[in-house]
Amino acid sequence: MPILGTAASQNTKTFLSSPAYDSIATTTVGSGGTATVTFSSIPATYTHLQIRFLAQSSRTSSDSGDFFLVKFNSDSGANYNYGHQVLMNNNTGSCYANGNNGTSMVIERIQNYETSASSFTAGVTDILDYANTNKYKTMRSLLGYTTNSVYSQLNFCSALWMSTAAVSNISISLAYGPITQYSKIALYGIRGV
Amino acid sequence: MTAGNTYVPLASTTTSSTQGSITFSSISGAYTDLVIVYNNLASSNADAYLQFNGDTATNYSSIVLSGNGTSPSGASQMNINKIYLDNYGTPGSSERSVSILQVQNYANTTTYKTLLAQSGRASSGLDLSAGTWRSTAAVTSILLGFVSATWNSGSTFTLYGIAAA
Repeated sequence: MPILGTAASQNTKTFLSSPAYDSIATTTVGSGGTATVTFSSIPATYTHLQIRFLAQSSRTSSDSGDFFLVKFNSDSGANYNYGHQVLMNNNTGSCYANGNNGTSMVIERIQNYETSASSFTAGVTDILDYANTNKYKTMRSLLGYTTNSVYSQLNFCSALWMSTAAVSNISISLAYGPITQYSKIALYGIRGV
Repeated sequence: MTAGNTYVPLASTTTSSTQGSITFSSISGAYTDLVIVYNNLASSNADAYLQFNGDTATNYSSIVLSGNGTSPSGASQMNINKIYLDNYGTPGSSERSVSILQVQNYANTTTYKTLLAQSGRASSGLDLSAGTWRSTAAVTSILLGFVSATWNSGSTFTLYGIAAA
């Protein structure tokens, strides 16, 4: 196990001796793309979740990329907040964007096919303490892409689902989409002790 | 659902003397993503960089967002022969920096390869960066080097593979 977890119990430490990072499910998008990737029936047996992706949008007529829209437990109410720190487009600077009481969490930006057919956005999203029923759920993401033109983006995002329910379902779609062929989105569970 | 150990250490090295570069070669294509963690010292403040599969042509681009406690800054470059990994987060000769690199879907032969990096050094600052290698070849080797500097003795590098279900 490459990363050891520790738990303080009085003056002792407990070290994990079993695998602590499990693959739960993976979607590789096939021909024609897909509107939504959904991970359902997520077990509550982990401490944290991690989503790792290499993804692209089929959005056309734009060089601005696209936006992942993420919902937990199929909640379509205005129960989400998000914030971003974004560095974009060849030193045009970093900027901050946020939104409150939205109907989904936003992860931006996802490269679109029209900008570069072979370039995809890489990203890692962490969902901490997802099964806890006493806290709102917080998600953070690091993602980015670069191209051989001015259309490069680096994004650091956080988002909040204002619910204490355990997360058992995650849906990911695009604002303009669909998600293109060859995109891969994988869900992992991280154990604690 | 597939359980089991999906986060596997593939290789690790600690420099015993100054080295101009570190290379992980013959990387298995059996995983989905790669992660590299390194804790390092350098002969002088310099920008670390990465190259895939020994490609030294101008097939790379990169973008870096940096912070030093005063103001954020950014830089991006196109048509370059390497991916720059840090700015403020680069190591010094006596103060270590820590970096984590992520290469998603590195073995696929359809898409260009995109890298994410995070680096930080306590007294200097931190960086987030992304880079793209414009090649659809599977990644089989990774070189980590410096512009006008060397890795100092005692720098540690570990390569992990993550396998998706």
